[in-house]
Amino acid sequence: MLKKVQVICIWMLIKRIICRSFSCGPLKGLQSVSKRPINLNLLTIRFPITAIASILHRLSGFFLFLIIPAFLAVLALSLRSPEAFFTVHTCFQHPLIKLILLGFLLALFYHLLAGIRHLLMDAGVAEELKPARLSAGVVIVLAVVATGLMGIYLW
Amino acid sequence: MVNKLTNVTSLSGNGLRDWLIQRSTSVILAAYIIFLLGYIISHSPLDYVTWQHLFTHFSMRLFSSLFLLSLFWHAWIGMWTIVTDYIKPTSLRLMTQLVIIIALFLYFIWGLVIFWGTI
Repeated sequence: MLKKVQVICIWMLIKRIICRSFSCGPLKGLQSVSKRPINLNLLTIRFPITAIASILHRLSGFFLFLIIPAFLAVLALSLRSPEAFFTVHTCFQHPLIKLILLGFLLALFYHLLAGIRHLLMDAGVAEELKPARLSAGVVIVLAVVATGLMGIYLW
Repeated sequence: MVNKLTNVTSLSGNGLRDWLIQRSTSVILAAYIIFLLGYIISHSPLDYVTWQHLFTHFSMRLFSSLFLLSLFWHAWIGMWTIVTDYIKPTSLRLMTQLVIIIALFLYFIWGLVIFWGTI
């Protein structure tokens, strides 16, 4: 869905640029578009919060995919023997490892919460623009708060 | 021929079925993760005996296997969607998708060895 919107936006931008560059014959049909103001300043273009929530869901999912082997390796080690479990336990005391763990948890919590939001929307809950914007914000804030709580718990 | 190779690498070869599988596996993944996090927090500080005891329980082994299969399918569909959206050259896209599927399959087998191995 996001992709379609992106394609349409990019296509409209291209049309505007072409129309401005050559106010020429073959694109005459597009000239009505060319009179609209152009906004290509990357500092002022802002994605709606629903788009940000959507792309973060993708990014966190991709990140979690990359993490799978590390997750399995740690799990295997922790179950191998009491000594190996102790090694894992000691490693997780290190601040850097804790930070990496928090990064993983942020991606996990965000993906989990955004996934629940997705399921609710599939069920017809919060499908309108206003509640969709609200829930997108809520999901982002909740993921950060949950990660913060885990940070407090870990330290 | 090559132009038709859009959904041969998708999990079920059917968009609606992929959609349903992604949703149902997400529920299993969520249940497993919430359970595991809850278990770790409620048994803090965790020791080896408790941890090992949890994962050797037969119902937990079944639950873990279900989790692995769900992860395999869920990640397959998710990664397929991402790759299909961003990698346009057909040969590169197919290669990437195949590598991802093979990796996910190996993770699945590895996970089964962890959960059903001699622990």
